[in-house]
Amino acid sequence: MADSDGPRAERPLRVPLALEVQGLGKRVALPEGALTILEDVDFAVERGDAIAIVGASGSGKSTLLSLLAGLDTPTTGTVLLDGAPLSTLDEDGRAKVRGEKVGFVFQSFQLLPTLTALENVMLPLELRGDADADGPARRILEKVGLGQRLRHYPKQLSGGEQQRVALARAFVTQPSLLFADEPTGNLDTHTGQAIIDLLFALNADAGTTLVLVTHDEHLAARCRHAIRLDSGRRVDA
Amino acid sequence: MNPWALAWRQLRRDFASGDVRILFFALVLAVVAITSVGFVTDRAERALAQESNRLLGGDAALRGDAPIAGAQRTAALAPGLQHADTLEFRSMMRVGDNLRLGELRALDARYPLRGEFRIVDRIGGPERVVHGGPARGTAWMSVSGAQTLGAKVGDAISIGDARFRIAALVEQEPDVAFDYFDTAPRVAISLADVPSTGLVQEGSRVRYRLVVAGEAAAVKRFTTFARANLQRGQRLETIEDARPEVRSALDRAGRFLGLAALVSVILASIAVAMAARRHSTRHLDGSAVMRCLGASQRTLVAVHLGELLWLGLIACTVGVAIAFALQWAVGGWLSRTLDIAIPAASVLPAVQGYAVGLVVLLAFGAPPVLALRRVPALRVLRRDLDPTEPSAWLVAITGLAGLAALLWWKAGSPTLATAMLVGIAVTFAVLAFIAWALILGVRGVRGRLRGSLRYGLANVGRRAGTAVAQISALGLGLMALLLLTFVRTDLLDRWQVSLAENAPNRFIINVQQDQLPAVRTFMAQQGLQPPTMYPMVRARLQAVNGKRLTRTSYPDDPEMQRRAEREFNLSFANTLRDDNRVIEGRFWNDAAPRSPELSVEKKFADSFGWKLGDRVAFDITGQSFTGTITSLRDVSWDSFRPNFFVIVSPGALEGYPASWITAVNVPASKPRFTADVVAAFPNLTVIDIDEVLAQVRSTADKVSKVVQVVFWFSLAAGVLVLLAAISASQDERLLEGGVMRVLGGSRRQLRLAQASEFAAIGLLSGLVAAIAASVLAGVVATRVFDLPWTPNWTLAAVGGAIGMLAALATGLFATRRILDAPPSVTLRELQN
Repeated sequence: MADSDGPRAERPLRVPLALEVQGLGKRVALPEGALTILEDVDFAVERGDAIAIVGASGSGKSTLLSLLAGLDTPTTGTVLLDGAPLSTLDEDGRAKVRGEKVGFVFQSFQLLPTLTALENVMLPLELRGDADADGPARRILEKVGLGQRLRHYPKQLSGGEQQRVALARAFVTQPSLLFADEPTGNLDTHTGQAIIDLLFALNADAGTTLVLVTHDEHLAARCRHAIRLDSGRRVDA
Repeated sequence: MNPWALAWRQLRRDFASGDVRILFFALVLAVVAITSVGFVTDRAERALAQESNRLLGGDAALRGDAPIAGAQRTAALAPGLQHADTLEFRSMMRVGDNLRLGELRALDARYPLRGEFRIVDRIGGPERVVHGGPARGTAWMSVSGAQTLGAKVGDAISIGDARFRIAALVEQEPDVAFDYFDTAPRVAISLADVPSTGLVQEGSRVRYRLVVAGEAAAVKRFTTFARANLQRGQRLETIEDARPEVRSALDRAGRFLGLAALVSVILASIAVAMAARRHSTRHLDGSAVMRCLGASQRTLVAVHLGELLWLGLIACTVGVAIAFALQWAVGGWLSRTLDIAIPAASVLPAVQGYAVGLVVLLAFGAPPVLALRRVPALRVLRRDLDPTEPSAWLVAITGLAGLAALLWWKAGSPTLATAMLVGIAVTFAVLAFIAWALILGVRGVRGRLRGSLRYGLANVGRRAGTAVAQISALGLGLMALLLLTFVRTDLLDRWQVSLAENAPNRFIINVQQDQLPAVRTFMAQQGLQPPTMYPMVRARLQAVNGKRLTRTSYPDDPEMQRRAEREFNLSFANTLRDDNRVIEGRFWNDAAPRSPELSVEKKFADSFGWKLGDRVAFDITGQSFTGTITSLRDVSWDSFRPNFFVIVSPGALEGYPASWITAVNVPASKPRFTADVVAAFPNLTVIDIDEVLAQVRSTADKVSKVVQVVFWFSLAAGVLVLLAAISASQDERLLEGGVMRVLGGSRRQLRLAQASEFAAIGLLSGLVAAIAASVLAGVVATRVFDLPWTPNWTLAAVGGAIGMLAALATGLFATRRILDAPPSVTLRELQN
């Protein structure tokens, strides 16, 4: 975190920022008038840092995540990803940035049902045009313990296994930023714990910047920092 | 809670949220297609029938050998009917010193009720169209009669005790059943002049005709009454009995239109089935929640079926309304194109539209929706639990049976409907098998592909069951389109080729044996193709299996009496020509049999009740000749080549007097051909059948234009199926597109993935469809249209390629939203 809290003071000033958010807001037009989902959010995340976005259901945390990852466009404010402003890019430009720098883990896994575990993990590499997608994909699947399940389709895997594939898919591109949206939301406590352990282990290994969206305070506590949202506003500052 | 009210509310909600829009539009378009086809075919068929009725000089004619009086005449006076009388008999006619036996027709002032005379003042002169017959004291003579008698306009013609002035020469009569071999002059006079000829007396052989025309219902009442009250020697003529070549064209037209309508029905069903499946899938969760909250299965059925019925009624109404509006435009266009009055549309197609729409909806839409009632309440916790619905299969089978009945009714021909149904069932199985085999191949290939291409092909290869169903359905739609293309372009073209520009347009008869070389030389000098000469021996029927055959053998059938008495032509041949087809028995083909054998045209044989092995005796100039029937033939009369009811094995007719006939095509650049022939060979008779051909060709042209209109409706229905197929998987596609965008896929990459998938599906469907269509077209060609079949692989390949392009274009159009939707919105919408 690079705003008002303590750790910043202890860090060298020149640690580059992975993510910088200024005056971010999102409003949608509804028949009964405009609805503000997110309003005036500022913060910055240093490279290699881990940050949790915490809030109750409907607090705007998923919207914030979409804006950070360039999945949606803000009504106000800017997002700088590795110093580059996302808002100046078109959708294809943002997709390119995502392909190169960003990894995702979703609550509902979002694996493509038509592809095998291996093919799902190869997909982001292939989309960005890597010559060898097979090798890295196999290696990371080995790493997450699915070396024997390469040819299995998502439907043939348990929830925990699907999330492992999703983790492998997220890390295979060696992203500088990883966004995880309630990654344990669809898993039992035990499996969820295992997935989180794996997530943090991979993150530490790769030195990735982690942005974790959760409503689980225990989980949030495992991150170095937390941003709390309530009704679209930051309430922790 | 009233389930119907709930159903209505659910429909409104689903419609507002877009959930049932695809089902609704699929059904609307289905009904539009069916009803428009119904309206258009109804109007076109009625127009064509009306047009053809002109050939009778009216809509129906009652013919008899005594004046038509009593109840039948009263029936002709009914409101909504017009009537006219004609009378025909043979008489000697004299122009100057030329005396010939001719055919006299006396027409009353109202005749003809339909059609017109085309007359000229001199042979080759400008043609005039006249609605009405000759004035009193004047006569009109056929052009060929004028040639025979050397008559011209202004000459006097003596008939019986009367003399008439020839006022015009007739090129075309409204109601002539053209007899190639009848060269007798035909003369028309006014009915009022008949008494002055003194020719019609007690015992005279006169044919009386009472012709009626008017509103369809009134004509129908008259024909029903007349048919039920036929007197001895009477016969009712409708278009069915009119000229065989026109009848054959009309039959084909009817089958064609039936086939096209049938294709629309099938395509519509596929579209509705796909859309309903999607609708049902989207309601799984809601139904599980309702079950969870205590809704009974009955309530679920009432709500979902009720929604479907509301939807069906509205969609049918909208569809029928649109179809009604469309047919006005199409009717106007048809009227202008065909230059004929098109009768107004009847209510029947609208009723058909509702019936077909609701049956299709219930047969294909209800099963997946009914399956919702078996949704386990547990699904609220475990989303992988799908309802199983064995009884839905029963509903589907019942629905298919209902559809089969509709097809049967719509096609109007059990043969056609059965052929199509069996064809579709077999084709679906074959398509499914081929699709499955090809998918296995695709699975092998995709490992070698990368990124977008792999993803696109994975969509085809992974869900084998769904993909097989998709490719089969799409293949079936494409196949139907291709089949229609085949039928329209290939079969109709080939039929039209048989009436092509170079079809024979002159018959030359009475060529003697010793004139054959000279006639051939003459034709060569004229620059014509060497003519094929067919021998002809005039004969009269004598006995069958030893039993004498006379006029009295057919006491109630004047037509058969005539056949039994009249002379007709036997021919002999070594081989069977290509416009003849043996359907029973065996043709001798070069192997000259020891005893005389006969090959008889099937319908001719049927009219006498003859079968294989019967021995038929003929009287040939006083000598008896007997042969055994060894084969029955089907003859393409519309080839316009000389054909014969009875062909005798070679050698058997040696020693009997024969003359020869030939048919040649004379180009319009040789207007003096007939005169030259007669100058060179005074005994030859030249019959000009250009007029007949022109009429048949124009009928064929009109028929193909009508079919084209119907074809476009079916094509639209086919595209609808493609759209429904894609929208059925829209949710998955949106989700997958969203995930790919999140993972950094560009629009181009997504487009490529989609394109490769649709291209693959289109190509697979197109390939199997093209093969299946050409095979099925063969079945339809040979079994239904009586045309020989030759496979047209080029057309099949082109059809397959067009199918693929259509799939690609439609697919990319239908999935454009996937590219435009922001990935966050898509994912949020679909994962909840």
